Amino acid sequence: MTTRIDATFAELKKQGRSAFVTFVMAGDPDPKTALDVIKALPKAGADIIEIGMPFTDPMADGPSIQAAGLRALKAGMTLRKTLEMVRGFRKDDDATPIVLMGYYNPIYIYGVDTFLVDAKAAGVDGLIIVDLPPEEDTELCIPAMKAGLNFIRLATPTTDDKRLPAVLANTSGFVYYVSITGITGSASADTNAVGEAVARIKRHTKLPVCVGFGIRTPEAARAIAESANGAVVGTALVDALKDSLDAEGRATSRTVTAVADLVSSLAQGVRGAKQAAE
Amino acid sequence: MNPNLPNSFRSGPDERGHFGIFGGRFVAETLMPLILELEKAYAEAKADPAFQAEMNGYLKDYVGRPSPLYFAERLTEHLGGAKIYLKREELNHTGSHKVNNVLGQIMVARRMGKKRIIAETGAGQHGVATATLCARFGLECVVYMGAVDVARQQPNVIRMEMLGATVIPVQSGARTLKDAMNDALRDWVTNVHNTFYCIGTVAGPHPYPMMVRDFQSIIGHETRTQMQEAEGRLPDSLIACIGGGSNAMGLFHPFLDDPSVEIFGVEAAGHGLTQLHAASIAGGRPGVLHGNRTYLLMDADGQIEEAHSISAGLDYPGIGPEHAWLHETGRVKYLSATDEEALAAFQLLSRLEGIIPALESAHAIAKLPELAPQRPKDHLMVVNLSGRGDKDVPQVGDILKGRKT
Repeated sequence: MTTRIDATFAELKKQGRSAFVTFVMAGDPDPKTALDVIKALPKAGADIIEIGMPFTDPMADGPSIQAAGLRALKAGMTLRKTLEMVRGFRKDDDATPIVLMGYYNPIYIYGVDTFLVDAKAAGVDGLIIVDLPPEEDTELCIPAMKAGLNFIRLATPTTDDKRLPAVLANTSGFVYYVSITGITGSASADTNAVGEAVARIKRHTKLPVCVGFGIRTPEAARAIAESANGAVVGTALVDALKDSLDAEGRATSRTVTAVADLVSSLAQGVRGAKQAAE
Repeated sequence: MNPNLPNSFRSGPDERGHFGIFGGRFVAETLMPLILELEKAYAEAKADPAFQAEMNGYLKDYVGRPSPLYFAERLTEHLGGAKIYLKREELNHTGSHKVNNVLGQIMVARRMGKKRIIAETGAGQHGVATATLCARFGLECVVYMGAVDVARQQPNVIRMEMLGATVIPVQSGARTLKDAMNDALRDWVTNVHNTFYCIGTVAGPHPYPMMVRDFQSIIGHETRTQMQEAEGRLPDSLIACIGGGSNAMGLFHPFLDDPSVEIFGVEAAGHGLTQLHAASIAGGRPGVLHGNRTYLLMDADGQIEEAHSISAGLDYPGIGPEHAWLHETGRVKYLSATDEEALAAFQLLSRLEGIIPALESAHAIAKLPELAPQRPKDHLMVVNLSGRGDKDVPQVGDILKGRKT
């Protein structure tokens, strides 16, 4: 089975460059604006789109993404509406991979089997669920694979060589390396350490390795893109979106362009990187 | 009858940390290696007689155990039914049952070489116990506490600071216990290399619910022995309040396989079960939060709802996974008490027995007027008096004063 994610990485390999992966929160600051933002991302240079599924208690997220989730929930966002948003995006774009990222409870409450059917039908390609380690693979990971969705696992600096095989066992699409021990939007990663960690993961898998947490500038994106198959940026985009809102937290005429402009400049950083070592 | 009823109610969890469908290890990958390491360290400690002996020494001479099992004569007379005994956990050092668990976890942390301890706290009782033992063993202590709770439980904040702990007021969400736990988990993910998370209740990822239960089970074990000495037999019923449920689990667990013992847990019904409350079993359903699957208060989309209770220690939208399982198997009956009922019980026990209970424990007392009068005079009923009410005196005083004017 080849998914849009596999096809994207195959194409990027031909082009000799790394992927630029963008994260935005579904429904932030409202469902319509969020769809416009997501529609603008591929043109601005995003290769893969991660969409956050808002949750009241995002234990691994820093203040920016926590606030984005709360803005979305306040605007009435639900998991059902997140899938509607993906359907809206797919009307005009059948190539850019969409990965939903978040926490397990809303999916568990939606119903795992129903969710997988609806997500696949909406055009979702992969899932990243922060609070489902390999120890809980029977919950969602294995059913997701059977349903034809990639289950993308997070590897972290605490995932040692002994544990990596367990983490990689049921992973597909790509591996998301969390470059720091910490929450989203906190410290920046040391590029050398990231390079070593990516090389270590690659000794255990043929899957592409994307790196996230702590990347905010084109320079940092470029540095990461030189040592990994992809660079993920989230908090910086969420912050740019927030800064474009009015005093009441509503979208303005600048909101979509604020995110798209930052994506363009970060994408240039990624595209300026030398091809990642294979 | 539930067809999956187990042979024993005391054999859980399984090796993956499940009590039936509840429990588990729903945490970020960053924490998994440490959680597996903790599971191993705890298993080794549990099997080590030297660990048990050292712990027993501190339990006796530092905590002041065993805590008395006290016959509440005037309360019994007043209610005119069952013979009521109070398990006096409020007489422990630091004023509640929380110290039993913290002592155990701090000793495990020492075995693991961790020098920095973090904790979440609601009423501040767990925070105070953690700050106390960190002072005793020379460890750095950081306590996360919702900003709302910091305001309503000032005496405990001052105590923690006097003991050398750093108290961080949590400003996210409803700024109560759930949010304190979120921020403690965020700290843990960030400082996992040197930090031990001392969870205050029978919740969180495996092995916490099991480990905390084991450390708290001394309450039930002592009660068994003490009731044998006092009455020559087992009690007929047990009652305890439930937030996460650690004092209740500690009292209940040693009795789960004694079918003659009726067991009641009391959740916080806040303003009432049709309004704002904190009764996860009465008003919630199974979901996944803070590392485990259990009963949670949430909306149709799986978003966690804010709990409400007059008692900061019960103000949490979930419950320990073993309680969720004991509810589903029918072994324990879960009731609830409102803010008003707890306030009345707080005053009743103070006036009749000269014991000011914590507002948390007052929820257990609050069910006695329902349960005790309808039972015979030879019925032996044990209520876990999990904490003392000094910390609540300013808050309750303000509420009562407000009513007079």
